[in-house]
Parts: sequence; structure tokens; C-alpha cells
Amino acid sequence: MTNKLEAERPLSPHLQIYRPMLTMLMSIAHRITGASLAIGFALLTWWLVATSMGPDAYSFVQSFFGSFIGRALLFAFTWALIHHMLGGIRHLIWDTGTGLDIPTVERFALGTIVGSVTLTVLVWLIAYYVMGGL
Amino acid sequence: MATPLKRVRGLGAARHGTETFWRQRLTAVANVPLVIFLIWFVVSHAGASYDSVRQSLSNPMVAVLMLALIWSSAIHMRIGLREIIEDYLHNKLCKTSSLMLATFFAAGVAIASTYAIMKISFGG
Repeated sequence: MTNKLEAERPLSPHLQIYRPMLTMLMSIAHRITGASLAIGFALLTWWLVATSMGPDAYSFVQSFFGSFIGRALLFAFTWALIHHMLGGIRHLIWDTGTGLDIPTVERFALGTIVGSVTLTVLVWLIAYYVMGGL
Repeated sequence: MATPLKRVRGLGAARHGTETFWRQRLTAVANVPLVIFLIWFVVSHAGASYDSVRQSLSNPMVAVLMLALIWSSAIHMRIGLREIIEDYLHNKLCKTSSLMLATFFAAGVAIASTYAIMKISFGG
């Protein structure tokens, strides 16, 4: 009886009911980038600890970051960091009670995506320029 | 009678009021310039030698900003990870152990990074 009632009571629609929307994807991306930054923090810690340990540990960590996997990880970290930062600024603006209308929210979403990709590429171009790779 | 006002005055069900909410905003604001500093620091030292990186990290200004970044981020990360865990993990054992792990991880990276910065700064 109880089970039957539970099955028949109205249920709130969940994720799978909705058509994916940009704003919804941005919310999910903010969580995923935030959680992924934990890995980035671990990488930063590894780099700092290796630098404090000595030249051997430093050259090992540098050779890892210089490898294809290392560079791919760092590139993903850069993007996640910038995307989460821009998303965070967006949230801080919302906290003031402004920019909550749908057109502005949509523009913020697009701006965060375009901004994070552009800035990530720019940061990497400058990094390669500093290394003399450009 | 527990009116909504009384609940707020008693700082809500968790007794922490809006403390966590506020702390997440405070660290977020601090993290914006600190993250820009980190990106600038890493990019300007891309492919740099061990000696030059060590020397830069022992600069008091750099060391203090790094420490600020580490602690602000660690606090921000712990709150964020906890929120995700509380939203998605409902099994009591799984949730509690994940919450503990999140705290251990945040504390672990913060303590290790701090120790590294101190060691480099004081020439250990």
C-alpha cells in the first residue's frame, strides 16, 4: 500500500526530463571544473614540494609537465581554473542581485565560454613565447 | 513555537547560519587576484631553471601571495567539495568517509605546500 502510494505521488521532474540548456550546462560545468581543480591543486603542491626538495625532484616534475600528458593536464587545468574563475565572478555579480534576467544570464554563459577558451589559449601562447617556442 | 525568525536567530538547523556561504564568497573574491598572480608566476617561469624558480619563490612578496593563494583555495575547495558530496552521496558511510577525505585532502595539500614555501623561503 505504502509502495503504491509512493509510486503514484507526483514527482518533481529531474535532469533527464529537461532539454539541455546552456545555463544548465554552465551550472554543471562550474561544479565539474571546481571538483577538477582539486587535481590541479595536487599538481601545484607536487611542483612546490619538488622545488623545495632539490634539483633532482624539480627536474623530474618538470620533465613530467613537459611531456605530452603533462602538458595536456596543465592545459586542462588552465582552462578549468579560468572557466571556474569567470563562472565565480558571474556568481558574485548575481550575489548583488543584478544580472538575473534570462537574456543577461544567457550572455554571461556565452561570455564565460568564449572568455575562458580565449584566455586559456592566450596564456599558453604567452607561455610558449616565454619558453622561446614561438 | 519555532517561527522562521526564531530558527534564523538560532542560526538554523546546522547552527552555522550563513557562515559557510559567506566564507565561500570571501575566499572566491580573494582567489580572483591570487589566481591571476599564480598564472602570471607560472607563465613567467615556463621552462625556467631550478635556481631561478627557487630564487623567485623565496622572494617574500611571492611567498606571501603563494601562501595566501594556498590557504584561500584550500578553504574554498573544502567547502565546494563538501557541497558536491552532500548533494550526491546519500549513503551514510559513503558520505561521511568522503567528507572526511575531502577535509584530509584540503588540509594535506595546504600543509604540504605551506611547508614547501617555508622551506624554500628559509633556505632549508
